[in-house]
Amino acid sequence: MALLRQAGRVAWKDLRVELRSKEIVMTMVFFATLLVVIYSFAFPASDIELVRGAVPGMLWVALAFTGTIALGRAFDRERENDTMRALLLSPVPRLAVFLGKAIAMTALILAVAVVCVPLLALWLNAPLFAHPGELALAVVLGAIGIAFIGSVFAATLLKVRSRDVLLPVILYPLLVPLFVAGTKATAALVAEPSNVELAWFWIRFLGIYDAVFLVLSLWTFESLVIE
Amino acid sequence: MGLDLVEIKQVAKRYGSERALAGVTLELRAGSMCALLGHNGAGKTTLLGVLSTLVRPSAGGIAYRAGGKLVEDEDVRREIGMLAHQSLCYGELTALENLELFAGLYDVDRSRKILDALLERVGLDVRARTRAARTYSRGMLQRLALARALLTRPSLVLLDEPFTGLDRSGALSLGEQLGELKAAGAIVVVVTHDLEAIAGRCDHIAILRRGSLAFEERADTYSYEQLKDIYHRHAN
Amino acid sequence: MKRLAVPILAALSAITLAVSIHYIFVKAPIQYTIMDGRLFQSSLFFNQKIFYFHVAQAFMLFAAVGLAGITSAIFLKTRNPKWDDIAAAAVDVAVLFGAVVLATGSIWAKAAWDVWWNWEPRLTMSLLLWLILVGYALVRKFAGPSADRVAAGMAIFGMVGVPFIYKMVGEDSHPPSGADGVVMNLGAEYKIAFLMSVIAFLLWFVTLTIMRVQTTRAEREARELRERGLDLGVLQ
Repeated sequence: MALLRQAGRVAWKDLRVELRSKEIVMTMVFFATLLVVIYSFAFPASDIELVRGAVPGMLWVALAFTGTIALGRAFDRERENDTMRALLLSPVPRLAVFLGKAIAMTALILAVAVVCVPLLALWLNAPLFAHPGELALAVVLGAIGIAFIGSVFAATLLKVRSRDVLLPVILYPLLVPLFVAGTKATAALVAEPSNVELAWFWIRFLGIYDAVFLVLSLWTFESLVIE
Repeated sequence: MGLDLVEIKQVAKRYGSERALAGVTLELRAGSMCALLGHNGAGKTTLLGVLSTLVRPSAGGIAYRAGGKLVEDEDVRREIGMLAHQSLCYGELTALENLELFAGLYDVDRSRKILDALLERVGLDVRARTRAARTYSRGMLQRLALARALLTRPSLVLLDEPFTGLDRSGALSLGEQLGELKAAGAIVVVVTHDLEAIAGRCDHIAILRRGSLAFEERADTYSYEQLKDIYHRHAN
Repeated sequence: MKRLAVPILAALSAITLAVSIHYIFVKAPIQYTIMDGRLFQSSLFFNQKIFYFHVAQAFMLFAAVGLAGITSAIFLKTRNPKWDDIAAAAVDVAVLFGAVVLATGSIWAKAAWDVWWNWEPRLTMSLLLWLILVGYALVRKFAGPSADRVAAGMAIFGMVGVPFIYKMVGEDSHPPSGADGVVMNLGAEYKIAFLMSVIAFLLWFVTLTIMRVQTTRAEREARELRERGLDLGVLQ
């Protein structure tokens, strides 16, 4: 479909631009690493029970923070030379612009997760890889949710005053179900014994959440972004 | 078939409690250059925003016509070329990559030959074409921006303060390019404070004051003296 | 008719509030359970009466998010500011009421479970709904001229998120609702008091919201008149 092809072009452009400077990926990975370091001071790794209880939350908090900062930074880039205007001005359907940016953001957030998860497993001795497939699915669905909803509002806030502060103010309340579901799924997976059944409940929850908000985002993007 | 008539009908725009435009009615024709003048905050940029379909009017609308028929949505955007204060190009990509990207988005010919010819026409140095746009000087960025705008052969060219930051020769060269566009039949709209740069080229003046159209006139051409005089008389 | 709306609604709210207070404090018996002929220790006694205010206001938080979401959606579609006015007013009022819900919920929690806060489902849900409303209020306050558009987005997404929040908080220690629930199993005297308080608070909420909307509209009209005056040169 032409729409997907154009979206792909936009996404590829974003990723190419990011790969050139690697600014966002590097700073986000570094930031996530620092977070894990701080966590490990807060929670003594020797107390396995305590850590196991805390790690799911840590992972998703890290994704929340890095995701929001990455969103802010990526869209900020579009402000620098007003390239967002160039994209919206083009005959490419605005839906495709949105899809492209959201796909690129998903990739960025996943890149950070790929570093974060092993780090947490390693430094905090957390059994995150007990069920790698389910965990991967939960993280991917989480990243998609953050990226899509985040892209709608980051784009909407592009020319708005106080945008840096307002993005978290808007995103965090809306993303609470996503973070809770992700945390509960992860917790079910690292529990001893692991409750895969429960994890799947929360993964399905994430799936439905993503589907509903994907549709809502596509529907409202143009209305919200065009002044 | 390019746009040959743009009818702005009673366009108004409010941002929350601010009124940016109040019922502006204006007609733009092919092969003409319109100077959109006024003080800061008069609504020129907003009007340009509505013209470029990036700003939704609170009231009224714009009819874009090609050969008498109404053109809408994506087809209108295909015909628009914009030059603003910022380059509208990606700093991390080279000039060629930028042009390739936009050629892809607008679905026009992306062959290296054509892109090179275009960059030649705007005067962007060969060696710069494969360097990231981040490294360009302001003048070079403007040339790239112009190339990007011309790439798609727009029939409606919108310019928002394009002469700012350009030296005299740059401004002259840009003025010439605009003259060529006008001669080729495009509709050119220029928002600027640099009356000298458009003197002798524009044939249509529209002055905005506090969101309303305070003055409008057409003539064969306007000299610098005439422009200055009209501006002082009507912009306050 | 419109002029009478507020006074009538205000009167109705006052009456229903008075009636419900009468029912709550006079008619409805104090809740206690008798086991083995002695009073059961975890009875709430007089504190149970908070229930009437607490649940009523929780309903109102739902209503506010729903109202804000729907009117915001209509606003985005039609761009008619009167819809946005309703959303903003409803949220303003609900933020205040919501603060009261949380406070009363806290008191009840202390009385029933001896903690000022626990993360039990209904409290958590009220908090999350309230946070969405507070977020909306912050956006309106700080986003500048485009605040209406951005806030509308948040309201719509917030409303769509409510079922997910509901599912997510699950069922823990809160008294059961629905067919099994506390309300259905109340004796007749309790039921009337409860219904009266729900109606009273909804009426009060609607009254305050309408008053707020009227204020906003009056401000807008004053502003538009001033603009007309300035345009005509009648004002300075």
